[in-house]
Amino acid sequence: MATQLNQTQPPVAGGAEIEGRSLWQDARRRLLRNRAAVASMIILALMALVSIAGPWLSPHAIDDVFWDHIAEAPSAQFWFGTDANGRDLLVRTLFGGRISLMVGITATLVALVIGVAYGTVSGYFGGRVDNLMMRAVDVLYSIPFMFFVILLMVFFGRNIILIFAAIGAVEWLDMARIVRGQTLSVKRREYIEAAHAIGVSNRRIMFRHIVPNIIGPVVVYMTLLVPKVILLESFLSFLGLGVQEPWTSWGVLISEGAQQMETAPWLLLFPGLLLAVTLLCLNFIGDGIRDALDPKDR
Amino acid sequence: MTHSTDTSVRQPVLSVRNLEIRFATPDGEVRAANGIDLDIHAGETLGVVGESGSGKSQLFLAVMGLLASNGRVSGSAKLAGEELVGLSARQLDRVRGGQMAMIFQDPMTCLNPYLKVGTQMTEVLRQHKGMDRAGARRRAIEMLDLVRIPEAARRLDMYPHEFSGGMRQRVMIAMALLCDPLLLIADEPTTALDVTVQAQILKILADIKRELGTAIALITHDLGVVAGLCDRVAVMYAGRLIETGPVDAIFKSPGHPYARGLLASTPRLDEKVHDAELPTIAGQPPNLQRLPPGCAFAPRCPHAWERCTDELPLRRAIGAGREMACHLELKQ
Repeated sequence: MATQLNQTQPPVAGGAEIEGRSLWQDARRRLLRNRAAVASMIILALMALVSIAGPWLSPHAIDDVFWDHIAEAPSAQFWFGTDANGRDLLVRTLFGGRISLMVGITATLVALVIGVAYGTVSGYFGGRVDNLMMRAVDVLYSIPFMFFVILLMVFFGRNIILIFAAIGAVEWLDMARIVRGQTLSVKRREYIEAAHAIGVSNRRIMFRHIVPNIIGPVVVYMTLLVPKVILLESFLSFLGLGVQEPWTSWGVLISEGAQQMETAPWLLLFPGLLLAVTLLCLNFIGDGIRDALDPKDR
Repeated sequence: MTHSTDTSVRQPVLSVRNLEIRFATPDGEVRAANGIDLDIHAGETLGVVGESGSGKSQLFLAVMGLLASNGRVSGSAKLAGEELVGLSARQLDRVRGGQMAMIFQDPMTCLNPYLKVGTQMTEVLRQHKGMDRAGARRRAIEMLDLVRIPEAARRLDMYPHEFSGGMRQRVMIAMALLCDPLLLIADEPTTALDVTVQAQILKILADIKRELGTAIALITHDLGVVAGLCDRVAVMYAGRLIETGPVDAIFKSPGHPYARGLLASTPRLDEKVHDAELPTIAGQPPNLQRLPPGCAFAPRCPHAWERCTDELPLRRAIGAGREMACHLELKQ
């Protein structure tokens, strides 16, 4: 989980960068000095670990039905209680965490990579290229999201990978617009002109000089995107287009729990709590990354 | 430094012929440079002076291929015999930073705040010379030493905001010199700096000229800087070169009325002049969208006669290495 998260800062941990102590390595050092961010990373990592390992270690399976324990409050046997079908909520919540975290992070990464590359190229070259690329984005915006998802389901069948693809393919549009706007302002700066004057190639200017300068807003948007994607997944699942029984996700558990809030509040409480903690951690990490990447903020 | 003091071959480092710059704007075409002819030889420093908007910066941005996207260049600009006008961006990237380099007016904004100084410097060497990291670093330290930045090795790992303005300009100069360029274009390198720092920067430029033999084009409107550093001076007005020649000769006896006015309006420390008495050149520079058919300076010129407003004065030799574009001498 921690390693997955690190991938959200482009070529961070890989060490593939040529420079000895690059911006990324510096940023990592600074990030590790930020207590809130480090604590958040540890909590997220733990949560991911438990989500992955938990369902295997648990004595109950996600689809074991206990007929004599329908909608029971938390107890020694069922720590998080059971749902209306008599299934253990703990193991279902952990399993839901797998799906939600996976969807949230994968779809965000897809959106990040496509959006940053597309937006940078569009903004940097400007003029006709920019016009063409941004009008293409407008066209994609105009396709209704649900229609797009249903179309994918019809063609490729129901598949969890498709959810990533569908969400990622839609969410990168916003990212591309944000990145394009930032690129437009950064590319007029004198240091970019100075880079031209010493013969730095276009590609290097785009990805070594401009991208680090626009990383702040991108990272902030990214930390907002992860929860958005998690909620979007629950919406799709609610409509029967996302994960299906007996599989589940936090979004599904929360929407089910909300219906029984009065009779069995724990059904809402536990998955909701885990989602809230995750989002809080992501926000702290996002802040941390943004600060760490700003060299003036040392 | 093969190109340093080879005076036997006088092929100019930069040779500009009939260069024209046009900007397409919604209000019509702006003629930023018209029929510019210019030579800069190895080891020579050419001062290019003129008021704001006279096209002096645009001229050299055009040579570097850095004009805004609505700018068009025609004519010829040859760097060591190689034609620059019409090169593709990729071909220009090979020349820029390698054989010619440019430093800009405001050092505070010319370094990428997100990249270490060392990263930005070694980038140039790796791209142009294919050096490995260690080699590029050694060379960068060498150049920082040359521009007298103390503790160069440690400084390489710092970010631009940890440098003062004067130091940043020195970093820019060091960066421009990394690949032993034939030509260094300095676009008002001291304008944004305070006077004592200005003096340091000029001293460094003078040392570079002496030690490396790099040809320098110094764009400025500070005549004091020109007098201190340059061998020759070119005066621009409304996108035209109106007078060129050795610095001493022009400062002693400027030929063109505009050059005279420019020199007269420079405040002097050794003469007590009150604000009101400081001579100025009356009037405004012309609109580059509607240049008059004759001499562009005629409306402001105290000596103008009929011919000045009707016919464009052509450049002609007026003595040793001097050229001027003015009808004045024919008046008598």
